[in-house]
Amino acid sequence: MAIEIKMPALSPTMEEGTLAKWLVKEGDSVKSGDIMAEIETDKATMEFEAVDEGVIAKILVAEGTDNVKVGTAIAVLAEEGEDASAVTETRSGEDANAAPKNQATDTASPPMPEGAAAAEQESGTQQLVAAAEAHAPATPEIPEGTEMVKLTVREALRDAMAEEMRADDRVFVMGEEVAQYQGAYKVTQGLLDEFGDRRVIDTPITEYGFAGVGTGAAMGGLRPIIEFMTFNFAMQAIDHIINSAAKTNYMSGGQMRCPIVFRGPNGAASRVGAQHSQNYGPWYASVPGLIVIAPYDAADAKGLLKAAIRSEDPVVFLENELMYGRSFDVPKLDDFVLPIGKARIMREGKDVTIVSYSIGVGVALEAAETLAGEGIDAEVIDLRTLRPLDTATVLKSLAKTNRMVVVEEGWPTCSIASELTAVVMEQGFDDLDAPVLRVANEDVPLPYAANLEKLALIDSAKVVKTVKKVCYKG
Amino acid sequence: MAKAPRAFADPPIPNRERPAEPKPFEATKEQLLDFYKQMLLIRRFEEKAGQLYGLGLIGGFCHLYIGQEAVAVGLQSALDGDKDSVITGYRDHGHMLAYGIDPKVIMAELTGRAAGISKGKGGSMHMFSTEHKFFGGHGIVGAQVSLGTGLAFGHKYSNDGGVCLAYFGDGAANQGQVYESFNMAELWKLPIIFVIENNQYAMGTSVNRASSEDQLYRRGESFRIPGIQVDGMDVLACRGAAEEALAWVRAGKGPVILEMKTYRYRGHSMSDPAKYRSREEVQSVRDKSDPIDHVKKLLEAQGVTEADLKVLEQDIRKTVNAAADFAEQTPEPDAAELYTEVLVERY
Repeated sequence: MAIEIKMPALSPTMEEGTLAKWLVKEGDSVKSGDIMAEIETDKATMEFEAVDEGVIAKILVAEGTDNVKVGTAIAVLAEEGEDASAVTETRSGEDANAAPKNQATDTASPPMPEGAAAAEQESGTQQLVAAAEAHAPATPEIPEGTEMVKLTVREALRDAMAEEMRADDRVFVMGEEVAQYQGAYKVTQGLLDEFGDRRVIDTPITEYGFAGVGTGAAMGGLRPIIEFMTFNFAMQAIDHIINSAAKTNYMSGGQMRCPIVFRGPNGAASRVGAQHSQNYGPWYASVPGLIVIAPYDAADAKGLLKAAIRSEDPVVFLENELMYGRSFDVPKLDDFVLPIGKARIMREGKDVTIVSYSIGVGVALEAAETLAGEGIDAEVIDLRTLRPLDTATVLKSLAKTNRMVVVEEGWPTCSIASELTAVVMEQGFDDLDAPVLRVANEDVPLPYAANLEKLALIDSAKVVKTVKKVCYKG
Repeated sequence: MAKAPRAFADPPIPNRERPAEPKPFEATKEQLLDFYKQMLLIRRFEEKAGQLYGLGLIGGFCHLYIGQEAVAVGLQSALDGDKDSVITGYRDHGHMLAYGIDPKVIMAELTGRAAGISKGKGGSMHMFSTEHKFFGGHGIVGAQVSLGTGLAFGHKYSNDGGVCLAYFGDGAANQGQVYESFNMAELWKLPIIFVIENNQYAMGTSVNRASSEDQLYRRGESFRIPGIQVDGMDVLACRGAAEEALAWVRAGKGPVILEMKTYRYRGHSMSDPAKYRSREEVQSVRDKSDPIDHVKKLLEAQGVTEADLKVLEQDIRKTVNAAADFAEQTPEPDAAELYTEVLVERY
């Protein structure tokens, strides 16, 4: 029986890749462990090994093909004793369907692990990512007629750092794998080559220590960017973020500053379990003395990271791993800096206000689309900055729509949603026609199993249902 | 039969260069007098702070430096004030005074007044003078070691020739981040002197009850950081050790550890009754090793009379009393100060 060799998923978030090179050719015998191909993901070039023994009967996807979706058949392996040419004939009719260029267009569909139907394996994070793809509204701060370029969030973050490092010698990047490895998530790709090891510094695995080193360097007058491989690991360092960095200016009566950026991915990643999946936005946003930013798209990632690096205050900059590979329009401007503390109306509407931030914005926008089809005109607000919160924009929208739902990829208890609900009680009560409701993750550690992960995380269906409730249409 | 594994590694080979054994500093009469004045100022200042605490004028935690004066005075006298930086924990009054910072603004900070060096918002544990490159004043045990390593990183990054002096206690010497910092400091050859002020007690826990290796100067060995044990009750030994350490660090050889064997006469903080040690133990140190008495004897040997020293002491008392009066009378911060300086910028 011939075996189809499929494009493998080489990282938890990989959906497609480039088949960079075939290291075998048709007619070659392979055995388990032989390297058959080199595959480029958005993060790295990986070697792809054979699992089964046999003869390469047919190569279905030529080397150099981009955007080969995970799960696409890339070659056929004839087992020992099987007639390789016969296999080729039976498969040849399917070649056209397997052509990668055709496959590449449907970018919103989830990765398909080998031998499994997509629907069965769809996990919670995929619904977040899928929601993020569809929408790219205009940013009000960008002058009309500005040329836009498509960039991934990852590239936008890198460009922001590179531009600020070019402009100011005091700016440097420090963290685990930021230099020679080019970034655990490739966010710092290329920075070592351009700026050298004085300014792009690999650290040992020692979060508490290097967070303190960065904070001390900021106190001494430098402008460090401290990358945490993920914010889960920053828990080891939270003492320096809060006790050392956030309180310095106040405790010193304004004498000593701490202009530092702590950045890295935050929130649920894909199928990595409870210890690697948490949204720390509410934690940091509760601390006076910190600025907390959680951008959604690539333009915001760039414009807000540049603002963070320039800020005289300590900034916690919360990225999202699931968003790194997503592409958005980014304005082609010499110096694109966005204001900190200003929310953005992503979609105007009159019936209900949906407030969110980070990856939740995509979910909110997707829900708004669905709701539009059902006659509910939702306004969607991206908070962008979690501290200070732009309550004015939220309250103004509420005054217009009189209904509000907060969408948050994070726990509901003591959340940004809780905070906004309190703000509305205190300052927007008279504008309310319905109680403010929250759509947040379930109040449990994030499970590993795909079905449970899906149940635990927010999705647009939950948002639609909740919005209908506050509109008394559900 | 396989060969049994060796039970022990080979003894360490002394293949690494180490700093020379420091020599006591040879002070001129003027320098000795200066050390004496500084140490006496710290002693009298701290005694007064203890008094004001008892009167309810100073609140919260207040950690006095009495007994340890030779360490800050001896070490900091060797620094280049234009380049070098200092950071310490919460027992920080002495280090500020050793920089010649006006006792009035320090005492006013202790009483929580607007004229305090942190505008009354920091208190005893959180005082800073960026003008003197004194970076605090930190309340979390051990945090200043990583922060100091960051200051040293800054010296190297900016190539400004500066060295950071990071003080911490025997208690902080057991914190994990200290070793994370040791590792990076040696890996990157940062210009830093780690100063362990070993006053024998981490609050109520003696060094040997808390430390598997109680010879704290050896704590850098597994990071290849050399350590020197110093008599922290002898200001000349302290200064001599600082010079040796500075020469090592300025030569680009990376960090060095100084373990200053010292003693605090008072409790850990004002609220500590110090039941964990005997009165006799404290008295014996006071009688035999007091750092101020030691310099007094040296001065007398150089012909400085009792009367001269008395005049000097009276001057210091005047300064301290003036600081206390000021700290008592100068107003508290304006209520509006509550909301200022949370952030530097407006958003």
